[in-house]
Amino acid sequence: MTASLTLYMLAASVLAGLGIYGVLIAGHLLRKLLALNLLGMAVLLMLITLGARGTGAPDPVTQAMVITGIIISISATSLALALLLALQRVTDETHLDAEPLPPVGEDGDAAGSR
Amino acid sequence: MSSPLWQALPLYIVLTSLVTAALIFLAGEQRQKLRIVLNMGGALLKLGLIGILLVAVRSGESFVWRLNLMPGIDLVLKTDGLSLLFSTLSAVLWLLTTVYAIGYLERSPNRARFFGFFSLCVASTMGIAAAGNLFTFFIFYEMLTLATWPLVVHRGTSDARAGGRSYLRYTLPGSGVLLAGMIWLYQLTGQQDFIAGGEVADIVLGNENSLRMIFLLLLIGFGVKAALFPLHGWLPRAMVAPAPVSALLHAVAVVKAGAFGIVRLVYDVFGVELVQVLGMDLMLAVAASITIIYGSLLALRQTNLKRRLAYSTVSQVAYIALGAAVAGPLATIGGLVHLVHQGLMKITLFFCAGNYAEALGIKRIDQLDGVGRAMPWTSAAFTIGALGMIGLPPIAGFISKWFLGTGALAAGMPWVVGVLVASTLLNAGYFLPLLRRIWFSAPPPAWPGGEALSRGARLALVVPAVLTALSALGVGIFAGLAASPLGWVQFIVGNEYQ
Amino acid sequence: MQLAPAELLLSLVFAPLLAAIAAVMLGARAGRLLAVMVCLVLAIQLLFLGQRFSADGPFDLALAGIAPPLGIRLALDGLNLLLLWLVTLVYLGTSLHAWASIGAGARGTAFWPPWLLMLSALNGLLLSGDLFTMYIGLEIASLSGISLIALDRKADALRAAMRYLLLAMLGSLVYLLGVAVVYAITGALDFALAGSRLPGGAVTIAALLLMTGGLLLKSAIFPLHGWLPPAHGSAPPPESAVLSALLVKVSLYMLYRIWFWMEVPVAGLVSAGQLLAAMGAGALVYGSIAALRQQQLKYLVAYSTVAQLGYLMLVFALPGAWQGTIYHLLAHGLAKAAMFLAAGNMIWALGSDRLDRLPGLDRHIPASVFAFALAAVSLMGLPPSGGFTAKWLMLTAAWAAQAWVWVLLLLTGSLLTAAYLFRVFALTFAPRSPRRRAQPVRRPHPLMELSALALAMLAIGMGFSGTPLLDVLALPPQLLPGAAPGLPAPLHLTPGAP
Repeated sequence: MTASLTLYMLAASVLAGLGIYGVLIAGHLLRKLLALNLLGMAVLLMLITLGARGTGAPDPVTQAMVITGIIISISATSLALALLLALQRVTDETHLDAEPLPPVGEDGDAAGSR
Repeated sequence: MSSPLWQALPLYIVLTSLVTAALIFLAGEQRQKLRIVLNMGGALLKLGLIGILLVAVRSGESFVWRLNLMPGIDLVLKTDGLSLLFSTLSAVLWLLTTVYAIGYLERSPNRARFFGFFSLCVASTMGIAAAGNLFTFFIFYEMLTLATWPLVVHRGTSDARAGGRSYLRYTLPGSGVLLAGMIWLYQLTGQQDFIAGGEVADIVLGNENSLRMIFLLLLIGFGVKAALFPLHGWLPRAMVAPAPVSALLHAVAVVKAGAFGIVRLVYDVFGVELVQVLGMDLMLAVAASITIIYGSLLALRQTNLKRRLAYSTVSQVAYIALGAAVAGPLATIGGLVHLVHQGLMKITLFFCAGNYAEALGIKRIDQLDGVGRAMPWTSAAFTIGALGMIGLPPIAGFISKWFLGTGALAAGMPWVVGVLVASTLLNAGYFLPLLRRIWFSAPPPAWPGGEALSRGARLALVVPAVLTALSALGVGIFAGLAASPLGWVQFIVGNEYQ
Repeated sequence: MQLAPAELLLSLVFAPLLAAIAAVMLGARAGRLLAVMVCLVLAIQLLFLGQRFSADGPFDLALAGIAPPLGIRLALDGLNLLLLWLVTLVYLGTSLHAWASIGAGARGTAFWPPWLLMLSALNGLLLSGDLFTMYIGLEIASLSGISLIALDRKADALRAAMRYLLLAMLGSLVYLLGVAVVYAITGALDFALAGSRLPGGAVTIAALLLMTGGLLLKSAIFPLHGWLPPAHGSAPPPESAVLSALLVKVSLYMLYRIWFWMEVPVAGLVSAGQLLAAMGAGALVYGSIAALRQQQLKYLVAYSTVAQLGYLMLVFALPGAWQGTIYHLLAHGLAKAAMFLAAGNMIWALGSDRLDRLPGLDRHIPASVFAFALAAVSLMGLPPSGGFTAKWLMLTAAWAAQAWVWVLLLLTGSLLTAAYLFRVFALTFAPRSPRRRAQPVRRPHPLMELSALALAMLAIGMGFSGTPLLDVLALPPQLLPGAAPGLPAPLHLTPGAP
């Protein structure tokens, strides 16, 4: 594996870490969604990098997988955005407050007073 | 005449009630006439089918119907002496109870639901009677649990629901234990049909302790429904159910199914000899004896009529288990014949208790004063039932106790006779005061109240009680005939002890 | 009609897909007609496939003639044939329910296209022979499913859908990460091919961990179940039915394929399997207790799904329970679909899903209450029903492996299930308070009641069809060359190993 590929892999890992962190920590649903997209992109970047590790032409299978992955990611994101809009319109909320475990470090009273 | 359709005769008997149940549910609440026709039609058709079966079996035919359920597991319905004994009893008593229930529930709500589950209950009992292996028995045994629960909670009051809860708290874990025992047994033997003399005889060596545990598990599973001490707690609490249900529960369906299970377990799964070899006969005899005495003692203390009868059932059904526990043909005859005799006598008593409550609002024992003059027919029936329970000849109960006692002596268990004597004294202790109040006390100025019943309903309530009382008398007087329950049981026992 | 089976395989995926597109273009009225027609066509195709299958053995098809790893392979074996039947039957029943309950109005316009799309995706997932195609199927199915939860734009449903969507996306990305790792080290996506090339060691463990974790999240296995009850509890009834009966099951199906078909050469799989089974045990206990505490009918049913999914994890510790597990998967699918439809009808009739509104309901919609009861019989594992057959098979396997903890769990699991389901019935039988008596009860469309009843009957019917179904399951698994028939290759998971 060449150095540049290692770099790509490293970048993908960092992105994945950031994405997972964001999903778990972010409160606003839009942020959560962006974080998920980040994670998705990390996985796809990883796949693309894998496709290029040989010496010859890039592996077509990973290309196909990545294209499919992008399409799925777009549909999931658009569905999530539509849901978010509907949620905001109906309840005027942009957070999922009724989480089973209220996030540590935030205002504990908000959860307690509900 | 051995085409598959003819061989499936035991199935038709189960289906008769099942179809009746389905039709009653479908007919709905409003169509009362149709429901009565369905009920009676089903009961009579079943009786007819059983008649055909009896004749065919007597002429030497045998019936087996099999359906594969999963690899190595079959649903088997077949006829043998025991199954015919139990199904005949159930079919006859069902007919009478149906008549009684139609009168009893004349104006109450939810009758479609009641009669639907009532029929399901009988279908399960028929299945239990005809079950040809332990697995089939279990299926119908569970169906019975499910079908009885709606009857127990029928009134929907918080009392009724508490009764239902306690019923499930006993019976469902009981079936869990039964299932565990069955799984264990099937691991050892694979699937085997019930046969006289037992099905496990050839795997005894080296498995004695496993077999003892299996016997115990199965016994607990059946003992819950048979209300063996200390598993009897649900029975008195289930007394909140309407009177026909109590009658059915106590005389034929639930309690009897448990007792019948014990009989199958001892005679057709393990076999009497093996039970003795394993030393389980003494254990069962002691458990049954304790139940007999304990149930009677508690019955003495009850002030509510139905509860007193309930504890009396706890005690009386244990006679059947006792008969199974004491080796030798005589005691076996006593136990098996009590299956029928207790059914006839106890259903009479419950019918009468229901009549008292419906007509005059009598629920407690101290309200019985002088009721004999107000309701002579019912009271006469009650008297026959009560005297039979005590064991007064020539009523049915005497025959059972006689065979049990002589059987115990023959088997070298003289202490059992002591139990029987004590039980008889206790029976007298809790029944004779009732009879004294009914016949010899002055009636109160006013009865506690009751419902104004139509003439038809009154007839429907009294006639079944009188009929069952007469049968209890009849099977005692004509016990010598081959067609009597005693004659039939002697025929069955002859096969077991060949 | 002389279609080659290969083309039939394709049409299982594309017929619903084309119908979905047509539903978008032609509107709701055409959509619901197409949905029912497609289900019927699928059933006919499956009949035909099943016949060819038992005659010629399993077959597979490389899409567009391009072989894996580049191409996509569809394959049929006993396992996915059974699951395809489950999908088709559940979809047929729920589509008929939705015909009336969703209808062809504005709701229908938003309902039918994703509904059909989900069917196509489920079939595609089940037929696909590689890790990535399964991922696509699962994604499309989840996304269409989630869009249907929010059909009515109610706040609760929107929140539930949002939470589900976020966790589903997370779960699938984690899974995809695992797939990427597998591809990186093997250059293959096909189970068998990739499995045979996996080298073992830390990277393989990581890949397995990622895939398993993602799928556990999507299957709502305790303690990752948090999203399920709100999502299944607030969706429209046909949607809840499909979510509980099918969607959580197919991700478990993927897990089975990965664990049992890939022959992962990793030491320590046994203890990992034990861990998965322990999660199942936790699900069973936690889900049942949570169901007991619910005040809303659909949430109770949803928590019951959390609990029942626990049984499906047993096989990871006890490969001998394979038959029982798949049987449970099928029976639970049918019973739970029926139960959600029946619960939907009950809620429709009352206009509320609070349990304390149930009293007296059986008088108004007996068919739905009866369907609920039949489904409950199967879920409780009482005979005769598919649930009981499954329980019997699992118990037998656990007993044979002397896995006493599981024997105990299987036995008590039924009791817990009975505890929360009988609560529903006890409330239904309670008398209505006078205040409530005046409230109107809306009668559901007959199609809504009949569809629930039909699915419940199928769940009961599975109690009688054990042998043929298990025979199909035993058909040689084409996806895994060289495996023992009927069982996934338990090469690394010896039965009963500590």
